[in-house]
Amino acid sequence: MLEIKDLVKRYGGGDPVLKNLDLTIEGESVVSIIGSSGAGKSTLLRCINRLVEPTSGSIELNGTELTRLRGRNLRAARRKIGMVFQGFNLVDRLTVMENVQSGRLGYISTWAAILRRYPKEDIRRAYELMERVGIAHYANTRADQLSGGERQRVGVVRALMQNPDILLADEPTASLDPKTSEQIMGLLRDLAGELKLPVLINIHNVAEAKEYTDRIVGMRYGRIIFDHKPARLDQEEMDRIYSGSPHADRNENLREAS
Amino acid sequence: MTSISEQFGREDWSRFSSRQKWQRFAIFAICVLAIAWSISSIEVVWAWVWDAPSQMGDLFKRMYPLDTTNLATILRVLWETVNIATFATAFAVLMSLPVAYLSAQNTTPNRATLWLGRLILVTSRSVNTIIWALLFVAIFGPGVVAGIIAIMFRSIGFIGKLLGEAIEEIDKRPVEALEATGASRFKVIAYAIVPQVMPTFWAVAILRWDINLRESTVLGLVGAGGIGIILQGAIDTFNWPEAATVLLAILALVILGEVVSAFLRRRIL
Repeated sequence: MLEIKDLVKRYGGGDPVLKNLDLTIEGESVVSIIGSSGAGKSTLLRCINRLVEPTSGSIELNGTELTRLRGRNLRAARRKIGMVFQGFNLVDRLTVMENVQSGRLGYISTWAAILRRYPKEDIRRAYELMERVGIAHYANTRADQLSGGERQRVGVVRALMQNPDILLADEPTASLDPKTSEQIMGLLRDLAGELKLPVLINIHNVAEAKEYTDRIVGMRYGRIIFDHKPARLDQEEMDRIYSGSPHADRNENLREAS
Repeated sequence: MTSISEQFGREDWSRFSSRQKWQRFAIFAICVLAIAWSISSIEVVWAWVWDAPSQMGDLFKRMYPLDTTNLATILRVLWETVNIATFATAFAVLMSLPVAYLSAQNTTPNRATLWLGRLILVTSRSVNTIIWALLFVAIFGPGVVAGIIAIMFRSIGFIGKLLGEAIEEIDKRPVEALEATGASRFKVIAYAIVPQVMPTFWAVAILRWDINLRESTVLGLVGAGGIGIILQGAIDTFNWPEAATVLLAILALVILGEVVSAFLRRRIL
């Protein structure tokens, strides 16, 4: 279970990007976060695995407080949080197998990592997962030889190799064509069910959010203003989430304050 | 139908205002004066300049026919020269790795190490190989060791600088992705940074080997080993036919080095 309480993130001295945000993800649900650019979706996701440092508040994953971890403990916690990126973030010059196995870097010894001597069970699991998403035949191909959809499959398998307790996906389909994008969303939903894994997806495509996820969280300028089943997201709610601009919101806040 | 120029009465256009023209003319005049002044101050013996062509013809006449009696020795020392370059390049490549790591902003542990890295680079790069050689001949005595270390010292800065820049220019997104998996700093470097700088690494190493090959041919002039010693010996004793042989041998070596490094570049990259 992921429990976020009173989370605040402020870059520099400006207005906070996340404003006292609360969110709880239970069980193995697939949750999508929607909202216009600059609403703080990406920052929220990155606060969870501490790619971004939260300013204040608490984030607990299965009882472990994540916000104050440092060094070895932080790395141990990150092993249990898988992440899929918009730009795939693969190492282009490494093979698909090496990219996939880099999800295990937190578990294996430095020596084994450098010599590429991966444990047998890791190799078996890699083949199983690659088979599952249809990229097993690319094991020895360099990552930059693959198409966008295939590359994102590598990204997903890399994250799953971590054997994570939760999967974060930051706009996983924004760089893909519509058809491939649906395939990846379907894959994320199916894998979440098969592996009993909660998945948190930032997404711009509201139609896909409605079709592939169990719950939709709508963010507007650092706050959650919608949190329901997809069926409840009607045109009125959509307008509430997407209308205006961060600039207008800021002025609104100023008026409230004065 | 009136054109824009007629409408606005603008028929004159010049790139520079008259004030700018005078400024540009003044700068040009200063440059000419500076060149004239430097020529007048370096005390050229013009008689020697005018008879240079006949001197050159004379020199070539004395060089011909080539004296190849010492060819075996020349080739052996030439091989020694290649070894100096290769050895020194190999060591320099190894030693420049930590320097590149320290001097790249995105890998260096802290500001102090960044400046340490940059200090090493600047020191190494601002001193010419020949100057380093003079220094090391004084320390290690004349011979190959001084030459190898001199070339190494100069190469560390060159390779470290280019490699450090390559590290700074990598795609940061894979680095972020691997940090998110809980991998240690070292493993992130090995998996996300090293593969990205590998092509630059090989290209720079080959380029430096090519440069070192040429630099090692003159090391002998200051007693730091290599073919330069024989060349200087031949010139000092007016043994022009042998000097010509040595020069041709060096030329052949440099061309060969160029061919080899071009071949390696094509194979590796």
